[in-house]
Amino acid sequence: MADGHWSRRHVLAVSFQATLAAAAAPALARTIRGEMPWTPGQVDAPYPFDGARFLTPDERRCVSAMVERLIPSDARGPGAREAGVIDFIDNQLAGFYGRGERWYMQGPFGPSTPEQGYQFEEPPAGFYRRGIAALDAACRERHGGRVFAALDAATQDAVLAAMEKGAFDLPSGVPAKAFFSLVRENAIEGFFCDPLYGGNRDMVGWRLVGFPGARYDYRPYLNHNGQRITLEPVGLKGGPTWNPR
Amino acid sequence: MRKLPPVDVVLVGFGWTGAIMAQELTDAGLQVLAIERGAWRDTPTHFPPTTAPDELRWYWRKEMFQGNARDTLTFRNNRDQVARPMRRWGSFLPGEGVGGGGVHWNGQTWRFLPSDFVAASHNTARYGALPEGMTVQDYGVTYDELEPHFHRFDKLCGIGGKAGNLRGQIIEGGNPFEGPRSAEYPNPPMHMTFSQDQFIRAARELGLHPFPGPSANLTRAYVNPLGCQLAPCSYCGFCEKYGCGNYSKASAQTTILPVLMRKANFTLKVQNEVLSITRDSTGRRATGVTHVDVDGTRYEQPADLVILCAYPLSNARLMMLSGIGETYNPATGEGLVGKNYCYQVMTAAQVFYDDKFTNGFVGAGALGAAVDDYNGDNFDHAGLGFIGGGYIANWTTNARPIETHRTPEGTPTWGSQWKAAVADNFLTSTTVGAHGASMAYATNALDLDPTYKDVYGQPLLRMTYDFTPNDRAMARYMSERTTEIARLMGGREVKVVKREGPYDSMPYQTTHNTGGTIMGTTPANSVVNRYLQSWDVPNLFVMGAGVFPQNAGYNPTATVAALTYWAAAAIRSQYLRNPGPLVQA
Repeated sequence: MADGHWSRRHVLAVSFQATLAAAAAPALARTIRGEMPWTPGQVDAPYPFDGARFLTPDERRCVSAMVERLIPSDARGPGAREAGVIDFIDNQLAGFYGRGERWYMQGPFGPSTPEQGYQFEEPPAGFYRRGIAALDAACRERHGGRVFAALDAATQDAVLAAMEKGAFDLPSGVPAKAFFSLVRENAIEGFFCDPLYGGNRDMVGWRLVGFPGARYDYRPYLNHNGQRITLEPVGLKGGPTWNPR
Repeated sequence: MRKLPPVDVVLVGFGWTGAIMAQELTDAGLQVLAIERGAWRDTPTHFPPTTAPDELRWYWRKEMFQGNARDTLTFRNNRDQVARPMRRWGSFLPGEGVGGGGVHWNGQTWRFLPSDFVAASHNTARYGALPEGMTVQDYGVTYDELEPHFHRFDKLCGIGGKAGNLRGQIIEGGNPFEGPRSAEYPNPPMHMTFSQDQFIRAARELGLHPFPGPSANLTRAYVNPLGCQLAPCSYCGFCEKYGCGNYSKASAQTTILPVLMRKANFTLKVQNEVLSITRDSTGRRATGVTHVDVDGTRYEQPADLVILCAYPLSNARLMMLSGIGETYNPATGEGLVGKNYCYQVMTAAQVFYDDKFTNGFVGAGALGAAVDDYNGDNFDHAGLGFIGGGYIANWTTNARPIETHRTPEGTPTWGSQWKAAVADNFLTSTTVGAHGASMAYATNALDLDPTYKDVYGQPLLRMTYDFTPNDRAMARYMSERTTEIARLMGGREVKVVKREGPYDSMPYQTTHNTGGTIMGTTPANSVVNRYLQSWDVPNLFVMGAGVFPQNAGYNPTATVAALTYWAAAAIRSQYLRNPGPLVQA
């Protein structure tokens, strides 16, 4: 800018801010009459991965270890580790999801049935924090002072299996089954979401299963008649094949 | 409280029923104001192809739906439990904002059967008295009366399908059990894919009558009677729970708003929530509504006619908050508002192939084939222990991987074996599902929660609901029929997804919540009369599936729309000439 020229980086930065401004236009009460209230060039943009973190390094190690057993890297290909599932989860917990901003979080909180769903006083980020602390405390107690991330894979699997069954008591009244279930839900989200959100890195989740991603027209394939359709996946921001060679 | 200048008509909520009603009543020359609590939404700004196919954002982070933070409902399975708030949506997904749930529907566009509208008298005549506790009743309106209004909705949307009953003549390839249609569908059926071909072959082998599912995903370019242009569906697999970026799915946005929004006698207020219906000192006449904008400013809006067009759960709650009618009390059986809450009873079987690819991503919300042989009273129920049924269909709606990754029986839910099973079956499996009816029982109801409040301090709605004896007997039967078809579809194996245990408010099932403001034949059995007019307050009308006395074995949208056109016609041809009760109590 000093020499009077706009750098490419500067233009990108400015247009990114403009996009954010458009996206963040506050929801306003208004009265509409005699028109379709459409403004050109405005899109209600998503909130992409922004690097923000909620978890402490120790907490990250615990959740990383959990998701890497839930979706392991193995002979079938990359797993949660390569997909960046931990980055996805950490970023989600640092954002509106972790804060429960769109959930009804008014009390009172009391005994509930499984059919009534999430009934914890903390939003997801706080529930993770309490769950991780309880899990690591329980592991230390039962496994010679070692936290979950320090256990061998077979022991980690046994702990997760017991949590899933509700047969692994955690301190501080943390229901192991509900904690397991939330981490599993978020791990699957992070493995299969659009790469925009920091997970499914290099579309490894989509490649594993053969999902072509955010394409929007499959009319040429309607007569597939049971034959395989092989398509390079694309995300909302495009894909590797869109890069100049 | 600021008092605003009066209008002829105020509509509470602006989804499908609000848009239809606004279009009809502005055509009659009335000044119409719609008040919507959510935001303005249009295709290029809010769900263009560049942002629409985003599974995490719209479904898993629920950005497409009503926010739970300000207002939700509480849920319990029965009266012995303490209801707790649905802190996030699960089993159903009410919409919010312009277009309502009609922005994120699949587009499966069914007409209820003629016998569904007279479920009580029909089943009683054929099978004897209804079981103890079942509170099923007739709608008070017949299929034949609604047919012209179903037809109007078909034309508005450009529904694709194949008629099976054209003015009484049964047509090969359509649904032979449907009520007579006055005309063929405006557009041809969806393009069937491999899975549907297998379903159709299997159903024929069993002597059933398969046909293509009726679809509001456009099968070709179409200009509707209002002049709105819709484009052919591109089978992208992002219909249900998503907005359509292609103008290929019928919604208020694609079929009505381009015309309605330009009318001088129509006004829309967004980000304004109606808090109550106001009445005069007699209590027999609505004087308008009160509403609040997002800044907290409160308004009094006088109107000659008040029409509730919000989601059924919200309509019932607004009636209760306004003290109109008596809230149903299951302990005494007295009161009617909140009575006969019903849902939908879904069962399914999954088919897994070895070397055939179902390619579920080549999908659309209403791409499917169905049989109606086990719906309504299309089969003999003698000795079966239940009434009603459902259609059985093979829809290929999506292969969105967070949501849809089928695994065979016995697969663990995580780890290497799970991952391998997901990878092996993702593109080579499909689901056959039964869309079961839900018959009303005295125990299932809506009322106001005694504890939990919304952001304005008003009580949340409380839902008390569980599957009923009729539901369970029906689900067992439908599961067997569904599995029979699935087993003949040429797969390696079939996994039966059973409907067992109590109703769980969390796993997604359907957004087909019905009842609470039911219609009927007398003020003793219903909240609204056959024209959807309040018995208690004749210048108040209530739209939506809340008026269903019980739910049929179909998706509700077309019946909701037909009832809206029917009510609008009654308002235009009868009420406006002589405002007052359209049915004498």
